[in-house]
Amino acid sequence: MDIALKVWRQKNSQTPGKMVDYKLSDISPDMSFLEMFDVLNEDLSHKGEEPVAFDHDCREGICGSCSMYINGRPHGPQTGTTTCQLHMRSFNDGDTIVVEPWRARAFPVLKDLIVDRDAFDRIVQAGGYVSVNTGSAPDANEILIPREVADEAMDAAQCIGCGACVAACKNASAMLFVAAKVSHLAVLPQGQAEHQLRAERMVAQMDAEGFGACSFTGACSVECPKSISLDHIARLNREYLGAKLASNNA
Amino acid sequence: MLDVLEEKETGTKLESKVPEGPLAEKWAKHKFNLKLVNPANKRKYEVIVVGTGLAGASAAAALAELGYNVKAFCFQDSPRRAHSIAAQGGINAAKNYQNDGDSVFRLFYDTIKGGDYRAREGNVHRLAEVSVNIIDQCVAQGVPFAREYGGALANRSFGGSQVSRTFYARGQTGQQLLLGAYSALSRQVANGKVKLYPRTEMLDLVIEGGKARGIITRNLVTGKIESHSAHAVLLCTGGYGNVFYLSTNAMGSNVTAAWRAHKKGALMANPCFTQIHPTCIPVKGNYQSKLTLMSESLRNDGRVWVPKTKEIAEKVRKGEIKAKDIKEEDRDYFLERRYPSFGNLVPRDVASRNAKNVCDEGRGVAPTGLAVYLDFADAIKRDGRKVIEAKYGNLFEMYEKIVDDDPYETPMKIYPAVHYTMGGLWVDYNLMTNVPGLYALGEANFSDHGANRLGASALMQGLADGYFVIPYTLGDYLATIGPADKIAVTHPAFKEAEQNVQDTIARMLAIKGEKTAEEFHRQLGHIMWEYCGMARNAEGLTKAKKMIQELKKEFWSNLRVTGTDLELNPALEQASRVADFIELGELMVDDALNRNESCGGHFREEYSTEDGEAKRDDENYTYVAAWEYKGPGQPEKLHKEELKFETVKLTQRSYK
Repeated sequence: MDIALKVWRQKNSQTPGKMVDYKLSDISPDMSFLEMFDVLNEDLSHKGEEPVAFDHDCREGICGSCSMYINGRPHGPQTGTTTCQLHMRSFNDGDTIVVEPWRARAFPVLKDLIVDRDAFDRIVQAGGYVSVNTGSAPDANEILIPREVADEAMDAAQCIGCGACVAACKNASAMLFVAAKVSHLAVLPQGQAEHQLRAERMVAQMDAEGFGACSFTGACSVECPKSISLDHIARLNREYLGAKLASNNA
Repeated sequence: MLDVLEEKETGTKLESKVPEGPLAEKWAKHKFNLKLVNPANKRKYEVIVVGTGLAGASAAAALAELGYNVKAFCFQDSPRRAHSIAAQGGINAAKNYQNDGDSVFRLFYDTIKGGDYRAREGNVHRLAEVSVNIIDQCVAQGVPFAREYGGALANRSFGGSQVSRTFYARGQTGQQLLLGAYSALSRQVANGKVKLYPRTEMLDLVIEGGKARGIITRNLVTGKIESHSAHAVLLCTGGYGNVFYLSTNAMGSNVTAAWRAHKKGALMANPCFTQIHPTCIPVKGNYQSKLTLMSESLRNDGRVWVPKTKEIAEKVRKGEIKAKDIKEEDRDYFLERRYPSFGNLVPRDVASRNAKNVCDEGRGVAPTGLAVYLDFADAIKRDGRKVIEAKYGNLFEMYEKIVDDDPYETPMKIYPAVHYTMGGLWVDYNLMTNVPGLYALGEANFSDHGANRLGASALMQGLADGYFVIPYTLGDYLATIGPADKIAVTHPAFKEAEQNVQDTIARMLAIKGEKTAEEFHRQLGHIMWEYCGMARNAEGLTKAKKMIQELKKEFWSNLRVTGTDLELNPALEQASRVADFIELGELMVDDALNRNESCGGHFREEYSTEDGEAKRDDENYTYVAAWEYKGPGQPEKLHKEELKFETVKLTQRSYK
């Protein structure tokens, strides 16, 4: 396949970036999208130009590192797929592909296609856990959890923290990310003791990081590589409202 | 300089510090004998944890909960991205919830036997003991393990065992366990007890007065070289499978932290013990950057086979016929045929070797000749598609995305690939290396899996080390040295190490040659896979050693790194890691050459039984080979830790 690329190049967070054109030939349809970038980068290195910097690690769709905005969609045209699991067979010979980093105020560009997603870590630090010290747990089967409940928790818990939801949202809201964690712990008995505090604190941190408001249009869920459902945002809203009604800070 | 080594020079053997007494009482007794740090004094100590996978995140969280001040480092942009996240199948624990005859002793026994009798009894028994606590802890954190309808935890079985003791969260067990540890870590960040350093790579260890004092790091965004001092340093930096270039490891997984510690005096143990996982998606083209694992749990329901004859296989490879056209009597379910009692659930090393053998016989089914079938047709007929979908849905989906083939309709094609490294930094029973104050946890150490790791045991070991071993053993060291025994980052030892790191980076950038680090890495991988992979022999290993030495020479004269040091520069990061992989590769070859026997994942063609199984030499090789770095270009010195088997009788491993 012959492919034309338009790629966002930006030296660092202080320097303005721009789109740069590249051409690649002999691309195999069996290559992953990132392997296509490997080929481009080897070409550039041999020409003495700097390769395109992008985040990637496991290349099996689970670590959440890869984060390319491809032809106007986070992780490209396939649903339920991370960039690393996208293959060139999803494109046609002669296509022009536009590749940008995630765009959000809370995710500043560090270089080329790499953005800073520390804001997600800080949101989890605000309350995305059960406060249990090591060694103090009862026997695992003392907490019986119906299968449907465990399944529902797992549906939410499989969020990989890539940030596609933020990149897809016109407001750059992180609601789906926050909802996935709040919902995972809210449906489980282990998460009950702190469920209100958790919702309140995580939402406050999300706002403090500069993510936008949620207008429930659902682009996040459509683009989520793990297809996390909008139901979790509904649950987050319920948790948050309950927390605010019960809280002294209401 | 280093206690243990000085003893060795005078003829004393490496001291494992496994306590005396009955096997089942060793750990309890040892815990009682370890010194404690009083609660008010814990805040006077600083601990560096490098790596935030299962071992690192759990250690950092558990130590911070106790009151120590922890600095946690990872090269990824977030601790949650460490490669533990990709583990699929599950985690073992001797809960015996299934009432099928499991026990701590059986898990211990299976692990020792699975490791082909090259692991320490004491360590492995402790691992089996704390396995039950791990499940309790993870459930309390909210890890959504699979459940039965009644609400109790579900189990599945895994290779190398005849009981169901594996706990799982769909095909994403590693992800859920890591997110559990990451959440515990995040809670301690919020409490101010852990300071996180993401996108920061350790490039050297600082030793002063014979003790580990801290580390030198590079900030991967700014390129700045920095010093960090502490009372102890924990390396939780994973394995070195990427020495083979193609592996199931993440692209960033590397040996640099462990290797630099090795060059500062830490012994590297059994480096040739690598695990080749039987069920991975086969290699397709030469552009390929990594291999993808298909969980071992698939062997619970999938049947492994190839055509009975070369002629039929040839037709498959040419695309003239498909798997479903091959009649039942023309199929060879070779694992079921050769190992009737374990069948498709033989341990990984056995399954891999058998797959290689049938492909070498010309019965492979991919165009490259290097693939066997993993077939779910019978399971789907027996249980229905829905049941199979519930168990393996996400794995089937992943397979389809990569291969563009539907495993519900046609059998998967699989082939072995490098997956895990049993070797690693030598540690004693306390997980301390021979350098006082330097510890190694999880895959980064060598201690628990012998020559072959059983499935679902890596997650168990990472969390055992981090949650339940290091919180006890580290205190003993810290109480012994006292809070004042620490040096500042202004100390000349730090300045000197910083300078060395800077010089090495400058040297790489100055070469301005023709070949990228990627090309060198690929070349190294070919050498390692060809001569130090699934089957090894003295001739090939000798050849490989020479090739690696030449590659190293070329690397340092013809490397091309674009960009500069004071910026985000992935090419420089890669070059720095490949330089270490090349040196490690040579040591692996030396180790494989030294071990004139076959055991577990280390298969020397010269040493096999009549029916092609690994032939151990217990008389001469029941020891841990721990290598000491002696300077650039010098051969490394071999130290031996004799393995004592007080409980288990050494026999030839049989899964027939």
